[in-house]
Amino acid sequence: MQLETMKYFPHTPEDISQMLEVIGVKSLDDLYAEVPEELKLHRELNIPAGKSEIEVRRIIGELAAQNKPLVPFAGAGAYDHYTPSVVPYLASRSEFSTSYTPYQAEISQGTLQYIFEYQTMMADLTGMDLSNASMYDGSTATAEAMMMCVAAAKKRNRVLISATVNPAVRAVVKTYAKFHGVDLVEVPAAGGTTDRAEVSRLLAEENVAGVIVAQPNYYGIVEDFSGLADECHAHKALLAINSVASCLAVLRTPGEWGADIACGDAQSLGLPLSCGGPYIGYLCVKNALVRKMPGRLVGQTVDADGKRAFVLTMQAREQHIRREKATSNICTAQGIMCLYVAIYLSLMGPQGLREVNEHSYAAAHLLHKLLLESGLFEEAFAGAPFFNEFTLRYKGTEGVDALRERLAQAGFLAGVKAEGLDDCLILAATEQRTEQEIVEFAKIACS
Amino acid sequence: MNRTVYSPLIFELSKAGRKGYSLPQNPCPTYQTAQLPAELLRQNAPTRLPEADELTVVRHYTNMSGNNFGVDTGFYPLGSCTMKYNPKINEEMAALPGFAAIHPAQDAPYMQGALKLYDEVQHILAEVAGLSRFTLNPFAGAHGELTGLMVIRTYHEKRGDLKRTKIIVPDSAHGTNPASAAVCGLQIVQVKSTADGTVDVEDLKPLLGPDIAGMMMTNPNTLGIFERQIPEIAKLVHECGGLMYYDGANLNPMLGVCRPGDMGFDVMHINLHKTFSTPHGGGGPGSGPVGVRAGLEDYLPNPQVHFNAETKRYELLSNDNALGCISAFLGNFGIIVRAYAYLLTLGKEGIPMAGKLSVLNANYIKECLKDYYYLPIDGLCKHEFVFDGLLPKYGGEHSDASHITTLEVAKRLLDYGFHAPTIYFPLLFHESMMIEPTETESKETLDAFIDVMKQIAKEALHQPEMLRQAPHSTPVRRLDDVKAVKDAKFSF
Repeated sequence: MQLETMKYFPHTPEDISQMLEVIGVKSLDDLYAEVPEELKLHRELNIPAGKSEIEVRRIIGELAAQNKPLVPFAGAGAYDHYTPSVVPYLASRSEFSTSYTPYQAEISQGTLQYIFEYQTMMADLTGMDLSNASMYDGSTATAEAMMMCVAAAKKRNRVLISATVNPAVRAVVKTYAKFHGVDLVEVPAAGGTTDRAEVSRLLAEENVAGVIVAQPNYYGIVEDFSGLADECHAHKALLAINSVASCLAVLRTPGEWGADIACGDAQSLGLPLSCGGPYIGYLCVKNALVRKMPGRLVGQTVDADGKRAFVLTMQAREQHIRREKATSNICTAQGIMCLYVAIYLSLMGPQGLREVNEHSYAAAHLLHKLLLESGLFEEAFAGAPFFNEFTLRYKGTEGVDALRERLAQAGFLAGVKAEGLDDCLILAATEQRTEQEIVEFAKIACS
Repeated sequence: MNRTVYSPLIFELSKAGRKGYSLPQNPCPTYQTAQLPAELLRQNAPTRLPEADELTVVRHYTNMSGNNFGVDTGFYPLGSCTMKYNPKINEEMAALPGFAAIHPAQDAPYMQGALKLYDEVQHILAEVAGLSRFTLNPFAGAHGELTGLMVIRTYHEKRGDLKRTKIIVPDSAHGTNPASAAVCGLQIVQVKSTADGTVDVEDLKPLLGPDIAGMMMTNPNTLGIFERQIPEIAKLVHECGGLMYYDGANLNPMLGVCRPGDMGFDVMHINLHKTFSTPHGGGGPGSGPVGVRAGLEDYLPNPQVHFNAETKRYELLSNDNALGCISAFLGNFGIIVRAYAYLLTLGKEGIPMAGKLSVLNANYIKECLKDYYYLPIDGLCKHEFVFDGLLPKYGGEHSDASHITTLEVAKRLLDYGFHAPTIYFPLLFHESMMIEPTETESKETLDAFIDVMKQIAKEALHQPEMLRQAPHSTPVRRLDDVKAVKDAKFSF
């Protein structure tokens, strides 16, 4: 390969020989003189040859074309809300995207400032005192919430998690619990919501560090957490509520329920579906927990001239300082996705976010009504209040799998099959679903 | 950068009644959230969400970006972070609707292209690493470390060996290594470095026993030095029943020359945002695929992507032997697409060249500056190296009590339009300055950086006060870190 033909390497053959001479070696291979010969590969890598940009575009374009984007009537942790074109346009500015963790605050005010804005907006949305600079996704944010509960409780290592938390989230929390030595106990569901009597029974054992519930829950039901925070606190346990971020513009917030921790995924705030990632986890807490908070935290301060500026702060909490005493290994955050959320919320504002939710709520309720009218579906949890996602039992003889496949053939993603309820579907709608799509979906589903 | 700084927060640009969005007609306004029981509804409206028109938002974030420094702005020799150029075609590929519009709940037959891409990337990484199989589910390097350690614990557990609760970590390791081990429920045993900065094999030997789950290393290590005794170390750890974990943070220089699997490592993670050019994004989203040696594949997290040779289709499987799930879906898929574009572009010729040129660039800077800055460990480095501050003759640590520190050199670099190296890491030295140029920087850029570093050394002699006040020409000057903690303010 001719070096000068590789567009990402600026070295000419002359550059290389001049540099080798300064170093005092004869060839590039001599730069590896200390590496034992028997460890070296001594052959070409068995991978494809380098490609031109035209070829790369063709190969990846063909792979993209082998995916069939279905019109989503599904949620289950990923919601098809609209991303205004301004969001990716601004977030792609390379001053943001090609920077790293803002260690040198003097030349990173852009990153620090949008994180500060993000923290402000997320704390407001969740009704909590403060937010960190984001986590990987909703599932890992919830696992971190669990570890925070244990770290804050010191001598207790039992955490309760409701069976109405999305199973994909529960699976991740369970993995973390197993390796971190947390005694994670699943509280069963009763009628599609958390079995509060069982929560009370377990709390009374006085060994619970935290309780994790979801809002809206896996089935789309809006749970009533009245009295739950007080009950947790009376037994010295923390309450963590996992919510779909967008819904909090309308629903009672974790802060208003009295939760100590709000966690979950903020993908619903304008992030593309993107086959499942990158998304963004959020983690917000009450002031009392700030020193147990994992991840980056941006604070306001002043520079040497007294000018307002922003900086990474409270770093004594962080893994690279605490090393083996760390209770989280989070280094960074979701950076650019945090910027996505800040820009999205700046555009939508309180009114836009409310309208998105009203619209999604109406679309879901319209679909719900049309499906029930057919007589082929019935409510899995009769009368339970839901938001933009709901669970129905399908009575058609073909079964749920065949129904989903039939709708997929017609270009629709018919939700997810409810885990543990094989004849039930969990469906969702957002402001992107038109009346025509809803009617068409219902028609095919009920045919 | 000049000193005119854009400083308003979006909240200060907000005005009641403005809006930056438009939505279609609600299909059925008879349904309203107000119909939910009142106790389930938000009691107090949000007060901190701004109200702004579209242009205000566009100008705000555009101007804010001017306060930031990225690889596209200038040279970013941040050690251990591999700040190489982020190709633009990669961004466009990740944004293709065939990927961006796919809901993760779609069944495998409707996302064959995505699963094929995932599988292709895992195959390429396995060949590059000299291992058997990769999961691309971990979200970041630290997440990969945690996942890899979970693999190690699962391996021991499946063999019924439950006594292995300790992991060996060198004292030069990045703080994330012990933190990941602690989160994974392992106790950390630290092994010392010798005077040449590599693992002290004699110190290692007595640590090995039936309670050792494995050892975490990076090679080259955090000083940029290749651990020549790696075959012996791997042999010792294996003989005691442990597994070798490779922290892929420093994989870049070894590409195509010497593979972790061939060095004796069993489990590793790769940072796609370091080695394979995906943007660092101001601290994410990253991606930290984890690879394993043959025999450990089953333990990788669920869901696993497999090619079914009979049906010729890609499938998503849940393996009963797996360590569990560490992500809700398939990790940061959009980042994986970007890395694939890069791997295709470089190919089998370009990937080894990236490694070699990164080593060339690092050694060139080291040789040109070692008469100005103190090089504690001389000899060939790999992709990066560490200076321990200025030489005493230029006002460095050992000159007098009021010496010029690494912090001051780093801050002065900002004035000259360069990002600073990683400073005060590794912890082995007082005045660490870890420089990693990467292969995508030209000789002209390196020469300019070298000239500035020499210039700063001279300033340290003649204008020390000016250095102590640096930076002078950045959007803001040095920040009051103490105030940020004392008067903690995390939101507007």
